[in-house]
Amino acid sequence: MILNTNQSHRIVTALVKDKPGVLARISGMFRRRGFNIKSLVVGQCELPNKSRMTFVVEGNDKTVEQVTNHLYKLVEVIKVNDISDQNLVERELALIRVKTNSQTRSEIMQIVDIFRAHIVDVANDATIVEVTGNELKVNSLQKLLEPFGILEVMRTGTIATSRGLQK
Amino acid sequence: MQLTGAQIVCESLLQEGVDTIFGIPGGAILPLYQTLPEYPGLKHILVRHEQGAAHAADGYSRVTGKPGICWATSGPGATNLVTGIATAAMDSVPMVVITGQVKRSAIGSDAFQETDITGITLHITKHNYLVLDAADVATTIKEAFHLATTGRPGPVLVDIPKDVQEELTEFEYPSEVKIEGYNPTNEGSAVMVRRAAKLINEAKRPVILSGHGVILSGAYGELISLAEKAQTPVIATLLGISSFPEDHFLYAGWPGMHGMAYSSLAIDESDLLIAIGMRFDDRITGDTSKFAPNAKVIHMDIDPSEIGKNINVDVPIVGDAKHILRQLIPLIEETSRVDWINRVETLKSEHPLIGVNDTDKLIPQFVINELYKATNGDAIVVTGVGQHQMWAAQYYKFNEPRTLVSSGGSGAMGFEVPAAMGAQLGRPDKTVWSICGDGGFQMTMCELATLAENKIPVKLAIINNGVLGMVHQWQESFYNKSYVATEYSANPDFVKLAEAFGLLGVRVSEKSEVAAGIAKAMDFDGPALIDFVVEEQENVYPFIPSGMSVADMIEGSQREKIRQ
Ligand SMILES: Cc1ncc(C[n+]2csc(CCOP(=O)(O)OP(=O)(O)O)c2C)c(N)n1
Ligand SMILES: [Mg+2]
Repeated sequence: MILNTNQSHRIVTALVKDKPGVLARISGMFRRRGFNIKSLVVGQCELPNKSRMTFVVEGNDKTVEQVTNHLYKLVEVIKVNDISDQNLVERELALIRVKTNSQTRSEIMQIVDIFRAHIVDVANDATIVEVTGNELKVNSLQKLLEPFGILEVMRTGTIATSRGLQK
Repeated sequence: MQLTGAQIVCESLLQEGVDTIFGIPGGAILPLYQTLPEYPGLKHILVRHEQGAAHAADGYSRVTGKPGICWATSGPGATNLVTGIATAAMDSVPMVVITGQVKRSAIGSDAFQETDITGITLHITKHNYLVLDAADVATTIKEAFHLATTGRPGPVLVDIPKDVQEELTEFEYPSEVKIEGYNPTNEGSAVMVRRAAKLINEAKRPVILSGHGVILSGAYGELISLAEKAQTPVIATLLGISSFPEDHFLYAGWPGMHGMAYSSLAIDESDLLIAIGMRFDDRITGDTSKFAPNAKVIHMDIDPSEIGKNINVDVPIVGDAKHILRQLIPLIEETSRVDWINRVETLKSEHPLIGVNDTDKLIPQFVINELYKATNGDAIVVTGVGQHQMWAAQYYKFNEPRTLVSSGGSGAMGFEVPAAMGAQLGRPDKTVWSICGDGGFQMTMCELATLAENKIPVKLAIINNGVLGMVHQWQESFYNKSYVATEYSANPDFVKLAEAFGLLGVRVSEKSEVAAGIAKAMDFDGPALIDFVVEEQENVYPFIPSGMSVADMIEGSQREKIRQ
């Protein structure tokens, strides 16, 4: 179980209408109000014509309350939840393209194994590693792969949901 | 019934009870204009600049309580509305703004007069729409009115491509709206209301801070009941002026940067702030750490995001002022806070405003006081932004709701002439005085043509001090009298200018001429303008410099000292 122990970052999710411009409204609101957002992810969800968003917000309870209230003010936002204090699952996916040669390949594979990550592509000179986990896990793997020479990192940003029947 | 998108717009506006629209035509909105003759119930006022259309719609709304309507063509027509939309948004004024857009296939191609107006107005509207199907026009307009007028009101913009205006579709006006996730709270939480009542009943030195929300919700009677039952002085915000009768013995002025000293001092001494429909703007609080240091705070507002935004709150109540006050009043014990009320009376008598007859020179304060006397306090007063605005708010006495119209949050110079035009069209039964700055007047004075053409009998009083007075005052106080770009070396002849536009023009330069000048303008059957040539060096007092506290307040009694 991965719990969000980082006090200075909070996780807020929102159910929004899937309309053009929704993302611009929301990201613009964050910019205009000076809220610090570490990541923002949108995707389709179980409801037709709706999307779910996950925001990782930097700040304390007061900031999150303001973020929540300002999100609610947007007409296309239907429901906002601060799930930071709930029992939740938090995940991010990253694709890390790392330089590889015959000497380093096995070492990279070992590291990938320890992290329960996957190698999804192997070329003569580079390997693509796919990893899922919370932000800390992705950070750690990225750090361990750095000495080999990272060519590119693509991260999705955090998505999260609470466990059990919680809404 | 098959109608064009343009016809549907007009039908929908009529269904919403619209009678007046301010605008200017252009290519992308022509289909809408060309259908107007079929709808004689919609009176169109052809303004001279779209900023005027937006401010006029705003003024119309502020005096009637109905949403104001303006429209414009795409591109420059739409962008000219922006200042007016932002002004309405800052002051929670309900407006529905319609813009023409280039045809659908041209959107995104940088077509002639294409501007992304929904993008531009994203954060200065409560919501906006780009309508891409004629079948959506009716519901969109219905939603726009619903959003503009419910919850915390505000401007809503509907952008309609030219070919959507021309497209034929089935028309049926929806009888109701449901916007998922949009359910403004009107009723206050019973728990919070009980807590508030307890605080009020226990308070020794409570004050009510009455904001624009009281006017928007029409909670005038409830406010009087609460104030009287709890024997609590009422202090208004700038936009809350006229929410409570000034001639009531519990009225205690308005506070803040240029508010009455006694209002700010009463807040400073208070042990409980009962804030209703106001947002603790920095012009009121100054340094928040020193604001009302001994007071607990009850904050009632319909917009949850206002609560706790600027200051910490002990009892938050989200809801509509009228509803909450109705819940609250029965829980209030009748009391007589004689000591506190006497204390506030003492503050009033010890900290008066500058006397209007302190000097023989013609000062703006004297002019405003004469306007008050000449109209028996019965006029609607519209102001620009600057020193004259503060004097109008200080020296005119407002007893009836919705009689002061002023750009508060935005502080938009140029508001005074067009907003007065809208106010007069909204309230033809009232005398409307526009108190103008000589600077602000020149920003939108083209609307004198609209006043004359439509015989809109607004009376204009230019407080002609020859300077951008408010900025000039800041330069005097904070920049060592370095008057950069605030003194006009030449102003136009405002009397000739009025005459050229077809208004009566009167010049008043002496105290002795004021009453006669006002009478002449009031007797004139039509729009009239008085050029009050006043003292340039007059400053607005009290003055709490920005970010400071009541301890740093400079009162009028100290003004001569400061000059030296
Ligand atoms: C559109 C706009 N531009 C600039 C300002 C900044 N500003 C605030 S008050 C003021 C002076 C206003 O001068 P005037 O209209 O003559 O009024 P006065 O203060 O002299 O009474 C200025 C320039 C503003 N509020 N609005
Ligand atoms: Mg001036």
